[in-house]
Amino acid sequence: MIQLTREPIDYHELTEKVIRPSCGAVVTFLGTVRDLTGDEVTVALDYEAYGSMAEKKMAEIEADTRARWPDGEIAMVHRLGHLNVGEVSVAVAVSCPHRAQAFDACRHAIDRLKELVPIWKKENWADGKTEWVHPGSVATPG
Amino acid sequence: MIVRVRLFARCRDLAGADSVVVEVDEACRVSDLRLALGDKLPALRELLPKCAVALNEEFAKDDAVLSITDEIAMIPPVSGG
Repeated sequence: MIQLTREPIDYHELTEKVIRPSCGAVVTFLGTVRDLTGDEVTVALDYEAYGSMAEKKMAEIEADTRARWPDGEIAMVHRLGHLNVGEVSVAVAVSCPHRAQAFDACRHAIDRLKELVPIWKKENWADGKTEWVHPGSVATPG
Repeated sequence: MIVRVRLFARCRDLAGADSVVVEVDEACRVSDLRLALGDKLPALRELLPKCAVALNEEFAKDDAVLSITDEIAMIPPVSGG
């Protein structure tokens, strides 16, 4: 199950979705809005997506993760819009028979999401300025 | 041929529009499209080499050939998560 949403992510419900009788381990990763990047203070992030392509890429990551770890479930949600510090921007829940697989599978899915899915964040700095985060193209670290 | 290119994030802000129409030759490759976009929108020139190009919601290589029916988008370095 993959989803883009503008509503707060219900990560408890997301975690419940992947529980399976054959699986003794569930790992849920949450990405949250951090207040500091280097020495600069973030008050909020704005997320936008190329929605149809983002959903397609997330579905491919879901399929790839399930192919690598066939026994279990995966659910991924990314939030879009204006998020304040501490809010959950992304959640990935994975179930596997054992915990080592569940950690590996969850790590794989979130790493691929950050690498491949056309979603962007814009920093809202404390001084009122804004700046898109494009890793490798501007001074701001991703 | 005339193609429309979708723009996102900093590309969109620099262009001041969420898409741009450019005229390119038939059999235009992705690498040619970048040059055409840079000519049309000089503000994008610095960012264009860092951008991927998506054809029909799939990342395309520089030598891929555009079709008039393709949905084309510039994908600046992503920062989801």
